[in-house]
Amino acid sequence: MTDIQIQIDNKTYQAAADPSIVDLKLSLTSEEFICLVGPSGCGKTTLLNIIAGLDNDYEGDILVGQQHTSPKIGYVFQNPRLLPWRTVRENIELAVDKHQAREVIDAMLEAMQLTASQHSYPEHLSLGMSRRVAIIRAFAVDPEVLLMDEPFVSLDAPTARQVRELLLNLWQQRPHTILFVTHDLREAIALADRLIFLSAAPMQVVSEIVVPIPRSERGNELVIESFRQQLLKNHPEIKQLL
Amino acid sequence: MISLKNLLPTLSLLAFLVIWQGLAVYLDSNTLPAPEAVAKVFWQACVSGQLPFHLGVTLLRLVISFAIAMLLGCAIGIVLGRNKKLDAFFDNWLVIFLNVPALVTIILCYVWFGLIESAAILAVVINKLPNVIVTIREGTRMLDQDLLDMARCYRFSKRKTLTHVIWPQLHPFVMGATRSGLALIWKIILVVELLGRSNGMGYQLHLFFQLFDVASILAYTIAFVAVIQLIELLILKPLDKKALRWRK
Repeated sequence: MTDIQIQIDNKTYQAAADPSIVDLKLSLTSEEFICLVGPSGCGKTTLLNIIAGLDNDYEGDILVGQQHTSPKIGYVFQNPRLLPWRTVRENIELAVDKHQAREVIDAMLEAMQLTASQHSYPEHLSLGMSRRVAIIRAFAVDPEVLLMDEPFVSLDAPTARQVRELLLNLWQQRPHTILFVTHDLREAIALADRLIFLSAAPMQVVSEIVVPIPRSERGNELVIESFRQQLLKNHPEIKQLL
Repeated sequence: MISLKNLLPTLSLLAFLVIWQGLAVYLDSNTLPAPEAVAKVFWQACVSGQLPFHLGVTLLRLVISFAIAMLLGCAIGIVLGRNKKLDAFFDNWLVIFLNVPALVTIILCYVWFGLIESAAILAVVINKLPNVIVTIREGTRMLDQDLLDMARCYRFSKRKTLTHVIWPQLHPFVMGATRSGLALIWKIILVVELLGRSNGMGYQLHLFFQLFDVASILAYTIAFVAVIQLIELLILKPLDKKALRWRK
């Protein structure tokens, strides 16, 4: 695994006059879980699309290690974007270069509690299950950076919590660099090694905060909540971003 | 247990035959033979080998021209649907070809290339092609961009994207083009054969017309309709079922 440097300049939307991203620099340490927190409409999805190579209309550079290449991407979109005419298993296998060892996919299906549904079509799955399939697909390609765009939005609280725990579980078994976009500070604290707060128009890094809570205590709502309170007290500048 | 609903199609067919028979008896004319007389002619034509031969010739022309029109039409339709500049350039051509009467294309093909088999096939293809292109182009424009983006960021090859992402979305449009295409091509082929071939259903019908042989005309028509139904039942329906098995 390699570290990744991202530098984006002069990204402008067709409709807008002013650039929405000016000189944004992010550096991702290998196998780090980073949450990007910012107000809706500040361009977080655009940022992910640029990194994923889906949006090439910008100036700047993405460095993987020392090389100027686009990193290998796993992307969990806001809606799961599964092929409806392929089963759960086929959807995962299609994303993988060669047929990855069946056992690897089996193990991930098991970890995400989807073994029983692996031959179902996406239309028969609940939203939470579809999201889990999308997460497995993203891990299965063994990406250099794994992008997640608010993957738990519009899930009810218990389901979101369950999927979050399964995600952390999977990530600890197969550590990857993750860039996770959210506007939910509690969720970000529960997941991240490092929080990056972004402002809107133009998008800028307001502050970066390392979350010191040990992984074993991330499930404890009280710990998360007290860290959140403390964060808002010590960093008043992030209040307006939420 | 056979319910009334399942019986209805059979009943309607029987009613059709009864009305036909009634009319034939009432008119008592050569211009409308009774079902029984038509059945007899049908049987004789089958036994003599005439009907199967001419039907076979027409079917072969159908298969060849249909295959060419569908393959070319799908390819061009996808390209035009994905490329706005090419589409803007060729749109007028499509409108022109869509509106040229079938008869004109057929006559021109025969005049330009002679009364030969390839001219006949070409005439049918030119008539059908614009329809396929327009249908597939519409389908391509409606492709789900989210899924295409997904395929791109997971680095699907062109071939993988086509077979697993694009083609399943185009399936309803392809089936639509197939069904309307079969109906259209059948009718055009008959005219093509009537005007410039010495075999096939169209040629035979022309002959019967000159002989005023309505019974044979009806017998051939029935064979015709039966074949189309068989294609629908044995080929198209199973294809639909297979392609849509993922639907709830």
